[in-house]
Amino acid sequence: MSDELKTPLLDELEKGPWPSFVTDIKSMAGKNEMCKDLLRQLEKSYEDRRGYWKHGGLVGVMGYGGGVIGRYSALPEEFPGVSHFHTVRVNQPSGWFYTTEALREVMDIWEKHGSGLTNMHGSTGDMVLLGTRTEELEPIFRALTEKGWDLGGSGSDLRTPSCCAGPARCEMSCYDTLDMTYNLTQSYQDELHRPMFNYKYKIKMSGCPNDCTAAIARSDMGIIGIWRDDIKVDQAAFAAYVDSGMDIQGAVVDLCPTSCIEVDGKEIKIDDSNCVKCMHCLNRLPKALSPGDDRGFAIALGAKAPIVEGALFGSVIIPFMKIEDGDYEPLHDLLERIWEFWDEHGTARERIGEFIERVSLATFLEGIGEDPSPKMVKAPRDNPYIFYEEYFEEEGASASEE
Amino acid sequence: MATEAKRVTDIGPPHYDKFLHPIIKENYGKWQYHDSLKPGVLSHTGPAGTLFTVRCASPRLVSINFLNNIMDLADKYSDGYFRFTSRNNIEFLLAKQENIDPLIADLNAMGTLVGGTNNAISNIVHTQGWVHCHSAATDASGLVKAVMDELSEYFTSEKLPAKLRVAVACCLNMCGAVHASDIAILGLHRTPPRIDNDALPKQCEIPTTVASCPNNAIRPTSVDGKTTVKVDEDKCMYCGNCFTVCPAMPLADPLNDGVSIWLGGKISNARTEPMFTKLAIPYLPNNPPRWPEVTDAVKKIVELYAANARPFERVGEWINRIGWEKFFDMSGIEFTKYHLDDFRHAGTTYRRSLHNRY
Repeated sequence: MSDELKTPLLDELEKGPWPSFVTDIKSMAGKNEMCKDLLRQLEKSYEDRRGYWKHGGLVGVMGYGGGVIGRYSALPEEFPGVSHFHTVRVNQPSGWFYTTEALREVMDIWEKHGSGLTNMHGSTGDMVLLGTRTEELEPIFRALTEKGWDLGGSGSDLRTPSCCAGPARCEMSCYDTLDMTYNLTQSYQDELHRPMFNYKYKIKMSGCPNDCTAAIARSDMGIIGIWRDDIKVDQAAFAAYVDSGMDIQGAVVDLCPTSCIEVDGKEIKIDDSNCVKCMHCLNRLPKALSPGDDRGFAIALGAKAPIVEGALFGSVIIPFMKIEDGDYEPLHDLLERIWEFWDEHGTARERIGEFIERVSLATFLEGIGEDPSPKMVKAPRDNPYIFYEEYFEEEGASASEE
Repeated sequence: MATEAKRVTDIGPPHYDKFLHPIIKENYGKWQYHDSLKPGVLSHTGPAGTLFTVRCASPRLVSINFLNNIMDLADKYSDGYFRFTSRNNIEFLLAKQENIDPLIADLNAMGTLVGGTNNAISNIVHTQGWVHCHSAATDASGLVKAVMDELSEYFTSEKLPAKLRVAVACCLNMCGAVHASDIAILGLHRTPPRIDNDALPKQCEIPTTVASCPNNAIRPTSVDGKTTVKVDEDKCMYCGNCFTVCPAMPLADPLNDGVSIWLGGKISNARTEPMFTKLAIPYLPNNPPRWPEVTDAVKKIVELYAANARPFERVGEWINRIGWEKFFDMSGIEFTKYHLDDFRHAGTTYRRSLHNRY
């Protein structure tokens, strides 16, 4: 095959203001044969309007069942550089904070052992090293662990937990998302690396109801910051917003979903008993308003994309919880009760959201030992087919146990 | 040669503490407020001082060369500290305000854009596409590039009514979880899987394959003495779930695969509850390298939204206020039978009141 790289269709994607992945991959093509054949195969996909990757294969590192996704070209003779093109998922640091020193170390490993292409980051949150050969996997793993890095999850396991910037760079954060992410990741390394669940289990941590990690839509377990007491108000800072000429009525008061804000001159009054913590007023007036002091998080279970039974948002299972004195034991205990019940009664490839819909929320709550609350529903049931469990005996007036 | 270090496992990621800027460490959990200085530039203030953030676009699929350029700038301007956002934007974390403009100039010179904050389009979340996936119905990186070339002015400015979140997924598996974005661009297959009866008995477990179908369209059968499966094509909705468990049932069909457009999803709880995206355009042709039909449709929708929504109204909030019937009128998008849901809980989307606009 000629060494020349001809990609007239892809070249069209070098034009325009948005940064071009084609230009970027081409910059690698001089030093990496995998990148060259990747571009050639992609050009063929653009010509033929179809992908040319085989269904994944079982590859990995010793002792792990996840963290590596096997990928082989369907046209290995035509594009030998990508005959193997496996993905290595590297567990990202909490909140995706890096130093150049640390990331350069990972990239040095990757330059030596793979295509030099990455996804920063994958949908679940991992640093994704895109494209290497089977024989490179174990050396990559060794080099990564020597520098203090480890693999993330894949398959039917705990997927790599991820979180927002949290208390590291946000005044809204109601709990320490970075620390919780680190704690859960370290506490459940076995569940992360060795798939033994019914299906995947994603955990995302957002510090407030703005939900920057999309926990309510993208994680089997969304842990989303919330507070229970009154919004903290700095009236002087509010007066400064009024003085600045900001349209407080239009931009804040009129958009409150429960109409619980009143403005009297330069003073703001909030009926906190009706506030649903939607965040709009805090987002607009960050200098004047902040979350209350009684902070914690709510837990919503079951969000997922369409496969198999349709997309779901998470449902609130724990309306409020907090970590006291750095003690994660109650959260671990809850998580283990959830996993145990799902493991016992769920079916293969049944996500926790589909599982709860199948067995019912009532059964699920009973199974994990939590009490029902009106905070878990939009409204009580509207159908009368109720499975009653208590009834009177024919003789005597005493109700049955259970 | 030194003896090789002992193989270790299950060490987990490095502790995040190592990667936090000194100002972040001091202000950790004590931040007081943030400000927006200009598109792409934020400041966060706490008792220990102010940290400046400069946000730039990234194709997400990036090479070591790209990252090295980014890291050279981080060394030069932000003491080596930087981060990525949940939408794959890159953020430089600066102690010195005077470094903002030189950093932006250098970022523009290396071919990327600064923006994506507040009422802007942020980086498009997307999937692997033909670059790396076996089930892709379209490419993702190319679609994103083509769409963002058209919409980049909405990344570098904050002139939209509210934030606008766009996502691309290259098949219904939706690794990009596009089901809750303001605008979702979704690749889809439109024909049933083609069964490779020679490969299937070797590659697939029949009971798992049969059980994988949400519509019970797959049955075991025998072809030339080989145990395989057949698909009731009238029941198939091309979801690809069977292909996920059985490689011998590929769906790729260059003649029929295409792209759909969905609108009005949101994640945040601000003002209104989180919402799913809803179907706007059931099919547009897969037309690489620049997908003109898709970029044109998305641009028209963004411009219609920009011209008509009220301040802080997300796409879904705007359409809910004016009504979908009016949205279809205003946009000129044809309403078809494909817009009527027919899967689980379909009835929840039917009009069950007389609240219509005439």
